Amino acid sequence: MPTIGRTDQGDRVDKFLLGNEAIALGALEAGAVFAAGYPGTPASEIIEDLAKHAKQLNLHVEWSTNEKVAAEGAAAAAIAGLKSIVAMKNAGLSVALDFLTHLSLTGLGDATGSMVVVVCDDPGAHSSGDETDSRWLARFAYAPLLEPSSVQEAYQMTREAHALSEKYGCYVVLRSYTRLSHSSSVINIGEVIRRPQKVSLNNKMCLTPYLARPKHAEVLKKLSTIEEEFERFPFNEYLGPENPELVIVASGSAVPIAQESVELLGVEQSVGLLKLATLWPFPRKLVQKYLREAPKILVVEEVDPFVEYHVKEALYEIGGEDHAVYGKLSGHVPEYGEIDPERIVSALSEILNIKYVARTEKYADMAREAVDKVLVDRGLTWCPGCPHRATFWSLEKALKGDKRGVYVTGDIGCYTLDVFPEGKCQMNLLHAMGSGVGLASGLGQLSKFGCDQPIISICGDSTFFHAAIPGLINAVYNKSNMILIVLDNNATAMTGLQAHPGIERNAVGESAQPINIEALCRSLGASVTVTDAFDIKGTTSKIRELLKIDEGVRVLIVQRACELLRRRKQKSKPFSVKVDDEKCRGEKCRICYSAFRCPALAGNPETDKAEIREEGCSGCGVCVSVCPSKAITREVAVP
Amino acid sequence: MTINADPLNLIVCGVGGQGNILIARMIGRILSGKGFFVNIGQTFGAAQRGGAVYSSIRISKKRYYSPLIPKGRAHIIAGLEPLETLRILADFGNENVMTVTNTRPVYPVGVLSRRAEYPDPMTLKKTILGLSKAAWLVDVTQMAVELGAPIVANIILLGCLLGIGKMPISYEEVEKDIKGTFPASTVALNLTALNKGKEAIEARA
Repeated sequence: MPTIGRTDQGDRVDKFLLGNEAIALGALEAGAVFAAGYPGTPASEIIEDLAKHAKQLNLHVEWSTNEKVAAEGAAAAAIAGLKSIVAMKNAGLSVALDFLTHLSLTGLGDATGSMVVVVCDDPGAHSSGDETDSRWLARFAYAPLLEPSSVQEAYQMTREAHALSEKYGCYVVLRSYTRLSHSSSVINIGEVIRRPQKVSLNNKMCLTPYLARPKHAEVLKKLSTIEEEFERFPFNEYLGPENPELVIVASGSAVPIAQESVELLGVEQSVGLLKLATLWPFPRKLVQKYLREAPKILVVEEVDPFVEYHVKEALYEIGGEDHAVYGKLSGHVPEYGEIDPERIVSALSEILNIKYVARTEKYADMAREAVDKVLVDRGLTWCPGCPHRATFWSLEKALKGDKRGVYVTGDIGCYTLDVFPEGKCQMNLLHAMGSGVGLASGLGQLSKFGCDQPIISICGDSTFFHAAIPGLINAVYNKSNMILIVLDNNATAMTGLQAHPGIERNAVGESAQPINIEALCRSLGASVTVTDAFDIKGTTSKIRELLKIDEGVRVLIVQRACELLRRRKQKSKPFSVKVDDEKCRGEKCRICYSAFRCPALAGNPETDKAEIREEGCSGCGVCVSVCPSKAITREVAVP
Repeated sequence: MTINADPLNLIVCGVGGQGNILIARMIGRILSGKGFFVNIGQTFGAAQRGGAVYSSIRISKKRYYSPLIPKGRAHIIAGLEPLETLRILADFGNENVMTVTNTRPVYPVGVLSRRAEYPDPMTLKKTILGLSKAAWLVDVTQMAVELGAPIVANIILLGCLLGIGKMPISYEEVEKDIKGTFPASTVALNLTALNKGKEAIEARA
């Protein structure tokens, strides 16, 4: 991040910024002093980046328990008259939505605060369970919605969003997406807006959506005023010839791709681009102005046909039955997944009847042959030394031979890799954050319907705090019969080792009073057992013991810090691990490298023995207890 | 000869942890400083879990391009791992693509566990050559190990990339960037690594 406080207009920051860092910088320069969020790819770097500047700039930056609490915190700051930002991934917006729909009705009160809700969608679901298009939720919650199309715009539009929020007294949603949040470029910055020094709360008025009907009418009125402003919004613009044969309407990531597609096909003289940055309220008049004379229209966006529906509605209002509108609804662009150059080029080629060749057929054939005959997959797996591999190994052993059909629900974290091709495939049901426990709570009630299969739920420590606690309380209170295994690795590991309420530091690195998962579960009335992930024998027998009990909620806390966390603190390996070739049975056994599958263990095809790959080995020594022939040994490493 | 294309599409690929983002950003930083519009797209998430990763670098004098390079339209591919170089070639390669790649494999977990076979080195080499207009294959891992610092393999590869002379970027500009942005204690090592890479290419000319 560049030096904060540079005020010369239009200065170029001499550093590459991720889209997320540009959003953070935009918020800072708009005067934001309160930031909250919950980690989630592709949103995490926004709060992480602000946290780095918290001390220097006297900001409040927090990793909140979940996205709803984060939104509430940011709203509180805005109601007090401060500028705030809350950042989350697509799934998180659903968590925060109950509050946000209410907040739209009351607005932010009479102070001059502002609040920007950044939601980072994941079209193509690169790092998510789904590719939900959050833009509908902004419309659903009556919130103004902006969608930038470049890193530069991400920065500028975060500032614009704050300005709009302050002007209209409502929060504004800024929608990002993987290809913006995680792309980087150099940007031009503007001047820094001064931060308020002191704020106070107005206790003479009540902000509540109760008696909501009149407030609903007010919100709609406000939105129509904002729609008028959006007709003139500087980031909505038309680029291209005066009388185009076809106009592409694009938002977000589709904007630069549409521009490039026009160049790839060489149709700059006949195709124009209407770039939309304000998507809700939809700038109908602007769209009508540019599309009135266009015989053909192609709408490109991610993921759902959100703009496309609104374009059609706008055309309907001006009696535009003669327009041919192409896009997802016409089948010219797929209604799922990311927008990429191939999709826009192929739609344009079809509509304009132009042939596009990316490379020769001969080359394409050679490439296909290489994929079929030479390439092999590179599956994702847990790091060497990861406690999850050991835990799932123990679980697999504990369930082996249990004829009752133990059913396992999972959750969201690194342990989700269990269901990937290189995992152990122990989990049967895997959904949203915290849903594993809620599902298990329900499954644990099914014995009266003849289902006596034991139920195990697995969740991580950060997930436990995020949304598993209400499910656990529900299970205890309603006498569900289930086991909860908490994989406590002391971090929100999947998204980059962020802090959470169970560890001794907060988002800005200050010490914090950690909440003890064991004590919390005991206080709820669950029975609690604790084990070490690396103690395979102990963990296996503890799971077996818990499976023998046929009532109540039993919690097993499996402790062991994330290996990446250990490596940050300790450079040397705890153990030096060796394979005894005399004892190793190679392919006759293959348990360590093929079943346990630590990437620091390899089966050597020449010697037909297992070998330790020193460069990958973390020195955890867990494989010693995996080998049935006692061929793997460990010694305390000399640093 | 520098490739005359706008946008110029460069891909730096490899396996998580090999440092592809570092060299992508160095290239981006230097070219931005020379007035180019540079946008870099990155793969996140797979980095620490043994996954395939790549950075796509779009370089233009006109404007910022999308981080997504159209399929079959890469101009230069710089690979830190040969299997990943091939994976990128299969998607983004074409008759004119120039390839610089490390030859040292990083075995996927499926190969380590003997459930899949890593392609035979000769076949892999031939396939990469067959899919490239010109390809330079160098064991930069071995060279880095010989320098006593496996971590600088990426800088050696960057040296190789400069050595082929196709990028609008000079050796001196990269030297200057290293001196200006790297921690002082690592500057000498990285300059040596950069030079080793360049020399390895020049020795073949």
